[in-house]
Amino acid sequence: MAAQHELKSTWITIRPRWLSFRLDKRVPKIAVLILAFTFITLVFSISYGEYDISPYEVVRTILNINQDHPDYANYKLVVHTFRLPRIVLAFLVGAALATSGTLMQGITRNPLADPYLIGVSGGASLAAVTIIVWVRDVPIGVLPWAAFVGAGLTALAIYTLAWKGGKSTPIRLILIGIALESVLGAVTTVMLLFGNINDVQQAYVWLSGSVYGRNWEHVKALGSWMVVFIPAAFLLARQLNTLGLGDDTAKGLGLRVEWQRGLLMLISVALAAAAVAVAGTIGFVGLVAPHIARRLVGPLHEGLLPVSALFGGALLVLADLIGRWAIAPSELPVGIVTAMIGAPYFLYLFYRNRNQQ
Amino acid sequence: MSQLNAHNLTLAYENALIIEGMELTIPDGKITALVGPNGCGKSTLLRGISRLLKPRGGNVLLESQDIWKLPTKELAKRLGILPQGPVAPEGLTVHELVAQGRYPHQSWLQQWSPEDERITHEALEITNVTEFADRPVDTLSGGQRQRAWIAMTLAQDSDIILLDEPTTFLDLAYQIEVLDLLHELNVERGKTIVMVLHDLNQACRYADYLIAIRGGQINAQGEPSLVVTENLVREVFGIDCKIIPDPVTNTPLVVPVGKARKGRLHLPSLNGKHAEPVQNP
Amino acid sequence: MTAQAKPISKNTTRILGSRALLLPGLVIGIILLILCLLWSITLGAADINTQTVYDALFAFDETSFQHLIIQTVRLPRVLAGVIVGAALAVSGAIMQGLTRNPLADSGILGINSGAAFAVVMAVFLLGNPPLSTYAFFGFIGAGVAAILVYALGSMGRGGTTPLKLTLAGVILSAFVSAFTTAILLGDQETLDKIRFWTAGSLAGREMPLVLQTAPYILVGLFGSLVISRQITTISLGEDVAKGLGQNTAWVRGIAAIMVILLAGGAVALAGPIGFVGLIVPHVVRFIVGVDYRWVVPYSAVLGAILVTVADVGARIIIRPQELPVGVMMAFVGAPFFIWLARWKVKR
Repeated sequence: MAAQHELKSTWITIRPRWLSFRLDKRVPKIAVLILAFTFITLVFSISYGEYDISPYEVVRTILNINQDHPDYANYKLVVHTFRLPRIVLAFLVGAALATSGTLMQGITRNPLADPYLIGVSGGASLAAVTIIVWVRDVPIGVLPWAAFVGAGLTALAIYTLAWKGGKSTPIRLILIGIALESVLGAVTTVMLLFGNINDVQQAYVWLSGSVYGRNWEHVKALGSWMVVFIPAAFLLARQLNTLGLGDDTAKGLGLRVEWQRGLLMLISVALAAAAVAVAGTIGFVGLVAPHIARRLVGPLHEGLLPVSALFGGALLVLADLIGRWAIAPSELPVGIVTAMIGAPYFLYLFYRNRNQQ
Repeated sequence: MSQLNAHNLTLAYENALIIEGMELTIPDGKITALVGPNGCGKSTLLRGISRLLKPRGGNVLLESQDIWKLPTKELAKRLGILPQGPVAPEGLTVHELVAQGRYPHQSWLQQWSPEDERITHEALEITNVTEFADRPVDTLSGGQRQRAWIAMTLAQDSDIILLDEPTTFLDLAYQIEVLDLLHELNVERGKTIVMVLHDLNQACRYADYLIAIRGGQINAQGEPSLVVTENLVREVFGIDCKIIPDPVTNTPLVVPVGKARKGRLHLPSLNGKHAEPVQNP
Repeated sequence: MTAQAKPISKNTTRILGSRALLLPGLVIGIILLILCLLWSITLGAADINTQTVYDALFAFDETSFQHLIIQTVRLPRVLAGVIVGAALAVSGAIMQGLTRNPLADSGILGINSGAAFAVVMAVFLLGNPPLSTYAFFGFIGAGVAAILVYALGSMGRGGTTPLKLTLAGVILSAFVSAFTTAILLGDQETLDKIRFWTAGSLAGREMPLVLQTAPYILVGLFGSLVISRQITTISLGEDVAKGLGQNTAWVRGIAAIMVILLAGGAVALAGPIGFVGLIVPHVVRFIVGVDYRWVVPYSAVLGAILVTVADVGARIIIRPQELPVGVMMAFVGAPFFIWLARWKVKR
């Protein structure tokens, strides 16, 4: 036998009696770093605005320990009612989109897949615009369901149309997603052209992806979906790893490929749809966050999923802050900011992968 | 009775019937090679007996149980498959790849048992890739990469391993390296190995049992030295040949006749000028 | 992944098998186009019969209200449709030949978005630039976008593949559109001026704008015709063309200028209209084969017919309101794109 090589473990192994888990050593460290980064961005984001509050007072207001401060009542109103829900929502939307993108990239084995690119968010926004413009005055909790139906049908259509000869290839998935996106975009345009001008103005802002003027109701609407689907995604991390080795290898390892792929697709679509329903179409988070996370913790999904979700959340909080600051006193919708940051990043990715396409 | 066999097996893609009513028995504890010309159905057959392709008719039995009726993980514990030209996700290390071979032995609660760890390390060692364990698979050479994939299949800890053209896209030296490894696994670990091979001579050299397929039918099967004849090669591959003993292993060595350069001899070129061919004495 | 750009079409099946039929076929196409135009002119808020249309065109009577409508509203509109359709279709044909990519189209490759961005930017920065300068800005935007997408899409070992070009186009569109939207959101006035235009529409195009843009497009069409033989050669592949003694860099340069004139001019006139350049060349190659000396004129005629008919459809489908023709094209074009992606792109 060959000479013994020392196999230094890069995993933390946790084994209480009847359980056993492993996690890449890098994950906890990086997660803590990102959380710290998010918290700092969050504090600055809350402190920034027409009514300035010092970061110190922001922290004290969140912790509710500055009741003796003369401006306490104002602080509490601005922080709790206006700024905090918006920023928490930005974080949740980013996390949901990043998780959705990670799943989609795992399913298609293509690092360029993104819910925004492959048409799923087109279906979600069409459904939501229809509701906003034509039904009007619906409780916010309904929107995620409508968006989910729209996104689900679109995903199903993409999958069906890309299916040929007993399989669906990533190339066909992407190209057909692009085509469907343009049809859905056309229908959405029609909706907007003939809707009431006030609804349309609102839908237009909403379409470009924004967390402007969101309140705790929106947070609840998205949060209740994430509570179900984020853990579901984490539970399927191992299956996703196996899927990454190719359909045949995964089948050989005993994975029920089509069933697992369908389930993962469902989770991915649900998360993207819920995010679109509360914040409109925000592109590129689902692409950039998983990619950077992959470079930080490698391709295994036990670590990739949580890091990517945290990173996506932090990214969107930051993008929202940039959007509010860039052309103050107006503000850029966060979706515009992510496109401006994300598209160049995508092109860089594209350049790096140029020999594989 | 052998562990793995097929009865009245019919395999087809959408509208092309590839294999019809085949009877097949894979001998236990031996290396079996499937050979035949391109498009004869040898890869399809491998997919059929490994549950990658659902049969149109008949069934594949593993210890008298229909493989389509076994739970998927149960089958994966007994039968491993390495498809042709597998691709690992970018950045996945060898160690991580090999650990994935434990998938059928894991569950929601038991995701990384001491046994998983032990067998993974063992697989890394047997295939001699421990020294690359922390390197990404995509940075390895072709031969190292293929050894890593074999290690993954080995970590699955199945008695039977099926491989679809394990030597394609590899340089000659790596081809021999991989085949030697498989031979070792067979002899030292008692694994039953079934592989599709492109090169008839390599099949003769490494296989204990040869199955020659042509047009979706088994043309001949058995020990290479008994099966491989000039007649068989003509029938199956449609080429005239001479068969001589392999100077190293004494197994059959197939030398195709062809048309060109018959009876001519090339001298090594001198001064960069091409030497004239001379008549063979 | 090697989705190799395969030769666009093998010269196996085509409807007009004999060369002798090609010229009569083109004449029939032109007659068909004229009939479509007359049909289009008769339709509108108030239908006008063909006799009146004929009179308005050839015996114009200033006192007739109907004649006035035809001369100032309907005629410019159909002329715009003809020019835009021909320009988009020919630019698509040339792009498909040049990149050997069956999915090439000025909309998909981001050229329309580039032109739209430049025009919006101009309106935003300059306040209210004369209509005649729209085309100019359109060219700049289209040119920059075309060069960028082509450069991005041809990076790497595989050369230009359909997937790479398409993705590069989509991403560039997304990027540029983000800026366009940012401007439109921040500036209500610009949004108002440009809203219907960004959806791609022929409505309200007046004669001066049509006449301003037409020369560029006519130059583009004529130039395309001149280099059509070279395009046929280059569509066999860069290496083959070089082997046949062609100066490929030169041909590519000229062809790119034609594409920019055509696509940029079309966008300046009608806003971004997708899929015309995708569909028409495929249909044309199906009819006449791969000789670009015929593909170019047939594309021009069929493109004009397609846009004219689509515009008629856009006007009558939900009367009395009307859809932007760009939306109509998306409904027709996307299924066609899907069909191509399923059958013409390997893997």
